[in-house]
Amino acid sequence: MARYEYGGDEFVFVELSEAMDLNINFKAMAITRQLKEENLPGILDICPSNASYMVRFDPDRIHPDKLISKLQGLEQSVSIDDFEISSRMVDVPVLFDDPWTHEALMRFRDRHQDPDSTDLEYVARINGFDSKEELIKAITDSPYLVSMIGFVPGLPWCYQMVPREQQIEAPKYVRPRTFTPERAFGLGGAFTVIYPVQGAGGYQLFGTAAAPIFDKDQRTYDFKDSITFPRQGDIFRYRSIDQKEYEEIRKTVEDGTFRYLTKDITFTPKQVLDDPKGFSEEVLRRLYA
Amino acid sequence: MIHVISPGLETTVQDTGRIGFYEVGMPPSGAMDKYSYTAGNLLVGNNESAASLEITYLGPVLEFQEDTIIAVTGGDIPPKINGKSVPMWEALEIKAGDKLSFDFVKQGARVYVAVAGGIDVPEIMNSRSTYTLCGIGGLNGGKLQENDKLQIGNEKVRDIQPGTRIADHLIPAFDKHHEIRVVLGLCSYRLTEESKERFFSIDWKVTPEANRVGYRFKGERLNFVERDQPFGAGSNPSNVVDLGYPIGSIQVPDGVEPIALLNDAVTGGGYATIATIISADLNMLGQVKTNETVRFVSVDIDEALAARNEVKEKLAEIKQNLSS
Repeated sequence: MARYEYGGDEFVFVELSEAMDLNINFKAMAITRQLKEENLPGILDICPSNASYMVRFDPDRIHPDKLISKLQGLEQSVSIDDFEISSRMVDVPVLFDDPWTHEALMRFRDRHQDPDSTDLEYVARINGFDSKEELIKAITDSPYLVSMIGFVPGLPWCYQMVPREQQIEAPKYVRPRTFTPERAFGLGGAFTVIYPVQGAGGYQLFGTAAAPIFDKDQRTYDFKDSITFPRQGDIFRYRSIDQKEYEEIRKTVEDGTFRYLTKDITFTPKQVLDDPKGFSEEVLRRLYA
Repeated sequence: MIHVISPGLETTVQDTGRIGFYEVGMPPSGAMDKYSYTAGNLLVGNNESAASLEITYLGPVLEFQEDTIIAVTGGDIPPKINGKSVPMWEALEIKAGDKLSFDFVKQGARVYVAVAGGIDVPEIMNSRSTYTLCGIGGLNGGKLQENDKLQIGNEKVRDIQPGTRIADHLIPAFDKHHEIRVVLGLCSYRLTEESKERFFSIDWKVTPEANRVGYRFKGERLNFVERDQPFGAGSNPSNVVDLGYPIGSIQVPDGVEPIALLNDAVTGGGYATIATIISADLNMLGQVKTNETVRFVSVDIDEALAARNEVKEKLAEIKQNLSS
């Protein structure tokens, strides 16, 4: 059952489920998209999240209770069966077990569940993998849905498109770090993230993405329309790269010629939910075709 | 033009905020105490959304290089022109070459310097507000620095006579103990009944970690209802599947030290939020200092909306008084 809550006098928060589920994420996407299309007066921000969503409104123009009944109506009427997502498949190169996140995580061992191993070793062990290489293989084998954007501008929360029993899960740091390097790739709960800018953070750190996902100066092609790159509904494939390729990509970022490998895709929730493995294979085949 | 002789502790350009980009993780930023900020703009005859300077704790020294009208509103950080004390909440005449400086803070935490015409910095995503974490907005994306130069804009919409004052009953008073009203909810179901009750019955002390991102409070540990954590949330009982954080929402990571998220806060994350500060009292929280105490008071949505209308009516009264 969805919960409708007041976030003070300017926000309504709607929790569709306490647990993460692709089904629920698609439902939140469908409701918020419909709400956007209706363009109601007094709605300031529509923020879809993983298993919930939030609306910021101007109470001088729409009463929160009127907004809530509207949202309850959408919960009933909107279905993911007739919902199509048009987005991008994106190749996201990551240098796993890299020197920068390694240095950062070593500085905060006293805040970690297992101070004697690295984050990769710890998460591999608690998820039943024999080695960190196996964990990296599981992360890179199947693509992720960008299920939510936020925290800071452009940070993508990503949820892997595999059945529940294959999901990788890990606790966040016992106490958040005060430092995380820019472009760090991490995992917390059931979500991977890329930190757009240097800052605090509590996810387990696995590597560094080679290319930016946030650029306030909009220097490269991928930022020509927006200072943030990821969009909810995108499909990210994290590809493990070596130090040499990392440095080559960094050079193209610096000289302004870098461009993400992307392909457009239109899909339905049903395609993903009915056959996640088949959908993943199709994504990888088309992305690198 | 305004020459920044010394920048103070943290002086930033702020306006009503960057609305409409929450979805990509962009917090609204903007003036922390919108009542004082708006009163300042009204006092100098500006458009209500013109950009002003927000000063925290320790004021800057500014040299004006042209004649203008300014107003200083907000907490009690007494202003001086050319070393001579001048009143707050009043339209003040400035001559080219005049220097504005400040005494030590007496009450409150933030003052606003409104300048007739507003502070002219480029608009980024419909706002001139500074968001320092990502270096966006304001002057070069950060707090003012020594020798910065600020341009004055053309957001003046009416002439105000120097000496015009805000009526005393419309000037807020700031204390060292504060009652801050919140609407309980969001994920408050995660707290035990006893902890919900304790949250409203003790004084919370503001820690040094209190800035435009959020305020952290010390008091006592709050406890969460035991449960098998839902899939994807993370193992700590204060964890939830990552969700959106309203401005003013209060979270309690690991049950210790509640954090109230403010204008420059992260827009989402994985901690249970338990209540949201009402918009009328966000103005007040922006004036609370480290080591002061806060008692949270639970109100329902109708009381929150009534409090919001009171703020609006006061600003309407100021506007009325200034135009008559």
